[in-house]
Amino acid sequence: MEREERVSRSVFHGLWTLTNRELKKWYKAPTILLLSIVQPIFWISLFGKAMNLQSLFSGMSIEIPGLVIPKQVIDEIGQEILKQTFGTTDYFSYLAAGMLSFIVLFTSMQSGMSMVWDRRLGVLDRLLTTPVPRGNIILSKVISSVIRSLVQATIVLAVATLLGMSFQPGINALDFLGAYGALFLMSFGLSSLFLLLAIRASSWQSQMAIMNLLNLPLLFTSNAFYPIRSMPYWLKPIALINPLTYSNAVVRGLLLGINTNYLIDFTYLGIFAIILSAIGIVLSWKYLSL
Amino acid sequence: MREVSIKAINLTKVFGKVVAVDHINFEVYEGEIFGFLGPNGAGKSTTIKMLTTVLKPTDGTAIVNGYDIIKEPAKVRQSIGVVPQEYTADEDLTGWENMMMMAGLYGIPWSTAKERAKELLDMVELSFAANRKVQYYSGGMRRRLEIAMSLISRPKVLFLDEPTVGLDAQTRAAIWDYIMKLKKEYNMTIFVTTHYLEEADLYADRIAIIDHGKIMAIGSPKELKERIGGDIITLETSNNELAQKIISTCQEVIDSRIVDSSLVVKVKNGDEVAPKLLELLLKNSIKVSRMSITQPTMDEVYMEITGKKMRDEEGDSQEVFALRRTLRRARGG
Repeated sequence: MEREERVSRSVFHGLWTLTNRELKKWYKAPTILLLSIVQPIFWISLFGKAMNLQSLFSGMSIEIPGLVIPKQVIDEIGQEILKQTFGTTDYFSYLAAGMLSFIVLFTSMQSGMSMVWDRRLGVLDRLLTTPVPRGNIILSKVISSVIRSLVQATIVLAVATLLGMSFQPGINALDFLGAYGALFLMSFGLSSLFLLLAIRASSWQSQMAIMNLLNLPLLFTSNAFYPIRSMPYWLKPIALINPLTYSNAVVRGLLLGINTNYLIDFTYLGIFAIILSAIGIVLSWKYLSL
Repeated sequence: MREVSIKAINLTKVFGKVVAVDHINFEVYEGEIFGFLGPNGAGKSTTIKMLTTVLKPTDGTAIVNGYDIIKEPAKVRQSIGVVPQEYTADEDLTGWENMMMMAGLYGIPWSTAKERAKELLDMVELSFAANRKVQYYSGGMRRRLEIAMSLISRPKVLFLDEPTVGLDAQTRAAIWDYIMKLKKEYNMTIFVTTHYLEEADLYADRIAIIDHGKIMAIGSPKELKERIGGDIITLETSNNELAQKIISTCQEVIDSRIVDSSLVVKVKNGDEVAPKLLELLLKNSIKVSRMSITQPTMDEVYMEITGKKMRDEEGDSQEVFALRRTLRRARGG
């Protein structure tokens, strides 16, 4: 009867409604939001502060018989070693920048879980009977996961700044925008990846297992804690395909001033995001059923 | 000729080696309540999932509201409302938010949506709980919300998959009241599956009985009952075996069998035949201690058509799991 009136359909039909639904569930439960940023904050506040590489060299002097190296020289050698290894003498800031990818990884990983729950709790049964394009069910989860990730990253960044993270001199808004761009692309790709893995799953245990299986390897095969150049030779190629490596490089480049090739970094992250989300949408046409 | 709302044409679904729905054909007319009756695992849910475009048929197709479920699934979805067997509302959102979410998914403009959501929540008497999170709803409230949610797009055809499962008798009656109201007020076509025979009998205009993926019978409850051939006379006599032999000679007796301590006789016209039988038995000096005449119930129709009582068999594990969860939530509230 009133069919004409309600046909306001485009490719993105229902996308905002579904994204909004996911976000609503999230900001209505601030406890969960706070709990999920506890971990990266512990990393930066405890590990980052205690693993103070600078102090390894400062305040000491070596007196080997016949060779007296004054404190000042050791300090300088130390600084130089840190600078050559990490690209900065400030390991805390180096780690804090890495933690932004960390929180984005951990938040993006949750995207698959919401798929599993929608299936378990029957919400998917209903979504599939509505005229929403299948791809938008996936895409809405990706987008909400990306938004969550970036908000969490902002909180971590604020905490890190309070704890003494120092940015490169002359930093401007564009640098921040670029850093967020990299995190956005990585989150888009990772959220798609974990949704892909969940597209047919109906048990949250298996999804948890997948998350646990992948989170630490993804973290430790990246340059979140240490630079690629200090890795053993067999780990380097793995680190080079890990998207975290590239987002870390961009974030550190723009916020801390550590040199990197932005063209390669952004190209890699862009391809990663596009390919995985495209696979997600295509698979949703085929496999998103009951 | 009445308009056809749903037409299944050789509709078939095969899961691996199991034929869940086996080349079924039927028509549902506009504005009627069509009861789809069968035990768990008979193929009811599979059929409804195919008709609502959630599952793709292995063979055959169906036309819903004039659209082919395989070729034009999006148009089918736009024109139907579905109340799935499980609870599907988002528990973390309120009833109102769920309604508005549904409106968004159908692309209904905000102001229209608000109006309709209000009207529908009123109709299912949930306005008082509109701003409450769905997880605090009772089973009956949730079921009512599910119905309201599926009506936001003013569908011409409404599918309900076991809408009363796990609810108490009073709530079940209330749910059926709403369904009857929809039929009356909006001339909505309603396709409803159930395994409660008495509900189908009471409320459906026409019934299809499905078992093992095949449609065994279609017709109005009255037609189906007539088909099994009349009334049932139950007798308790001093010698049931002998009595059975004697009455078998009587022309009007269609069938008779001994169930426990009584003799169950099927006849065309119970009221007229009963005195004849009594006379006949007394002539043969068989005492009748008790006698009753009953109209056939849907149970008897079902037994006649499928050759067995309503099975309490387990469906596939997924379905049983879903059913249990629904039951649990319905009880727990």
